[in-house]
Amino acid sequence: MMSKTNWNLEPALESAALVQIKPQYELFIDGKWQAPSSGAYFDSLNPADESHLAKIAWANQVDVDAAVLAARAAYTNVWSQLSGAERGKYLFRIARIMQERARELAVLETLDGGKPIREARDVDIPLACNHFFYYAGWADKLQEAFPGQVATALGVAGQITPWNFPLLMLAWKIAPALACGNTVVLKPAETTSLTALKFAEICQEAGLPSGVVNIVTGYGDTGAALVAHPDLDKIAFTGSTAVGKQIQKACIGTTKKLTLELGGKSANIILEDAPIDQAVEGVINAIFFNQGHVCCAGSRLFVQESIANQVLEKLKFRLQSIYVGNPLDKNTDIGAINSKKQLETIERYIQLGLEEGAEIYQPTCDLPSSGYYCKPTLFMDVAQSARIVQEEIFGPVLTIQTFRTIEEVVQKANNSPYGLAAGIWTDKGSRIFGVSQQLHAGVVWANTYNKFDPASPFGGYKESGFGREGGLHGLSAYLKFTN
Amino acid sequence: MRSTFPHSDITAILAQSPPIDQIGVLERIARIQARSIKGTAKLQGLRMALSMIDLTTLEGKDTPGKVKQLCYKAQHLHDQAADLPLVAAVCVYPTMVGVAKNALGNSGINVASVSTAFPSGQAPFSVKRDDTLFALENGADEIDMVISRGRLLAGDYQFVFDEIAAIKELCSTARLKVIFETGELDSLDQVRRISDLAIAAGADFIKTSTGKIQPAATFAVVLTMLGAIKDHYDRTGKMIGMKPAGGISSAKLALQHLLLVKEVLGEAWLTNEWYRFGASSLANDLLMQYQKQLTGKYQSAAYFSID
Repeated sequence: MMSKTNWNLEPALESAALVQIKPQYELFIDGKWQAPSSGAYFDSLNPADESHLAKIAWANQVDVDAAVLAARAAYTNVWSQLSGAERGKYLFRIARIMQERARELAVLETLDGGKPIREARDVDIPLACNHFFYYAGWADKLQEAFPGQVATALGVAGQITPWNFPLLMLAWKIAPALACGNTVVLKPAETTSLTALKFAEICQEAGLPSGVVNIVTGYGDTGAALVAHPDLDKIAFTGSTAVGKQIQKACIGTTKKLTLELGGKSANIILEDAPIDQAVEGVINAIFFNQGHVCCAGSRLFVQESIANQVLEKLKFRLQSIYVGNPLDKNTDIGAINSKKQLETIERYIQLGLEEGAEIYQPTCDLPSSGYYCKPTLFMDVAQSARIVQEEIFGPVLTIQTFRTIEEVVQKANNSPYGLAAGIWTDKGSRIFGVSQQLHAGVVWANTYNKFDPASPFGGYKESGFGREGGLHGLSAYLKFTN
Repeated sequence: MRSTFPHSDITAILAQSPPIDQIGVLERIARIQARSIKGTAKLQGLRMALSMIDLTTLEGKDTPGKVKQLCYKAQHLHDQAADLPLVAAVCVYPTMVGVAKNALGNSGINVASVSTAFPSGQAPFSVKRDDTLFALENGADEIDMVISRGRLLAGDYQFVFDEIAAIKELCSTARLKVIFETGELDSLDQVRRISDLAIAAGADFIKTSTGKIQPAATFAVVLTMLGAIKDHYDRTGKMIGMKPAGGISSAKLALQHLLLVKEVLGEAWLTNEWYRFGASSLANDLLMQYQKQLTGKYQSAAYFSID
């Protein structure tokens, strides 16, 4: 009989040669690439190894004005004149080109943002395509979607997307806006502009009329200029609660419609009758998906006391087969943290957790020598009042609390300024309904986590924002209604 | 057959079986299947898989000649390739155990015998006992018994438990593999229950299928059984072996199964002492992939002997 052997997988790198990155990107305004009026550019880095990817134009007020002007002209002269069916054709065309170039988009998303190629390839890009397909289908059925009401486009939308799911969040915003007959000016996050710029190329390839989609890249000042622009009818923002509050203030006293999709500190609750192995896997998926850079990440785990030790031991064991490393490796489960700044934030919270007296567990694994990486981290023995339990960390850090009764866990889960998502694990259907009805969260997943579909609305309560994206709800965010 | 445990203990064993969520099981498997096994890891995996095979012939038309051929193949998988491991065992009907034992001699390859009225298990216990004793007397190193699926589905857990415990008692040093025939069971919950029951009754290995019924060793069933093995190990520190059988005919599937074992149980299970593949056609695909990995070229199937 053979004796025990160590058997370790070898790196299986996806080829970065699949994607062409230009040395320098301009602003995409009115269907053309335009240099920023200031002449300023910023660098986009690959967080996996800190290598330079491209120089990217930094838009200022003048550029934003030009983009909004182009979007307004395209709305008035072209896009609002087209029938829904014609708009749908363009969206279907974009969706198909995205599908055809899916591998390229996936590699680019991984290079620019640090997420594992497995997730970019299997989640981000297919879902982004599906959002375009889904909303393309609604473009000529808006009246049927809202019977008894006359639905018309708002006009021009200013959209600001985050760095955690760059192309997917672009799709969540642009697809419904265009399907409803609006034109858009979109500002991607400064660390992850490249797939939005690649999307601009796709719009050109699809023959989308000039000015319908405009992409202005830059930092927060670019976003602020966009939000403050007087000729916008709608602002859609996904990002931090702090910035969301600034945007809401900036929109006070204007006629701009606003949707905000902000932070979260979502509770993932395991009851004692749960399918334990699958719940443990669900916890892994809930917190370590996309390095924990997920607004709805299940970052607070609550386990019923009678099974707490078992769940903890299983979680620790499972962490040993999580691969942390090069995002382009097809076997990587946790890739690079998106930016140095975010890594510092996460490390600060880990330090804080130790200072707050929590017990920490991290698996033994080697991290690459360059780039921004963080081990998956569990914090046990944490208090409800600890800051690591209360504040959004936006990284691969899970706090674990126990509870005795359902009443107790519902109270604790809801005891948060956020209300984005929650998870419940139990074998009893009645408990799923009983508990989820008491949770203040926009989404409650039962016996699963982090599941998204274009037909399903997504959004939060409380400081997690308002408005819904996805599904019919996502359409109504870009329409005005008259009887 | 005597009852080893009072009824209440059966209830206690079954109470420990957690519910199994099928969708979650399939998601876990999808993660494994998305892994990429390349280079030396693949080579090592292929060798490991070869060493874990129970090379099997279980046909009504089996003859001593056929069994001798199989035993030769077990010792000479592919003589064109140097330094290949031996398979773990040859698996035959009880009447062929003597032939296999002779043919394998002191090669180090075990003889496994199916028993207990394989594959249906539809016989009185006295027949099952004699069947097993016959195999043991002829030198079987391992016994692959089938459970009484009808009794299990009827809810007679005590009967199923007692039968396994009684056969285990006959086995003495021979290792007992307990076949569930999961293709005849209703749900993954049921698979988990019988896994816990069989382990408590003394199974050294738990095994998915006879190979006569489809579906056989699906990933979902295998993962569910591995979960029972892991929980038993966590509770008692005692290792139980796993043998998927039926339907694993390609090297790719075999490697994915090994990765599942590595991630769910750990590397301690990656030996033929604790893990087996019940297969007849798997060996040649492993050999073909092995040669491809060494030479960079696929060779025709005609270069690999079928028996």
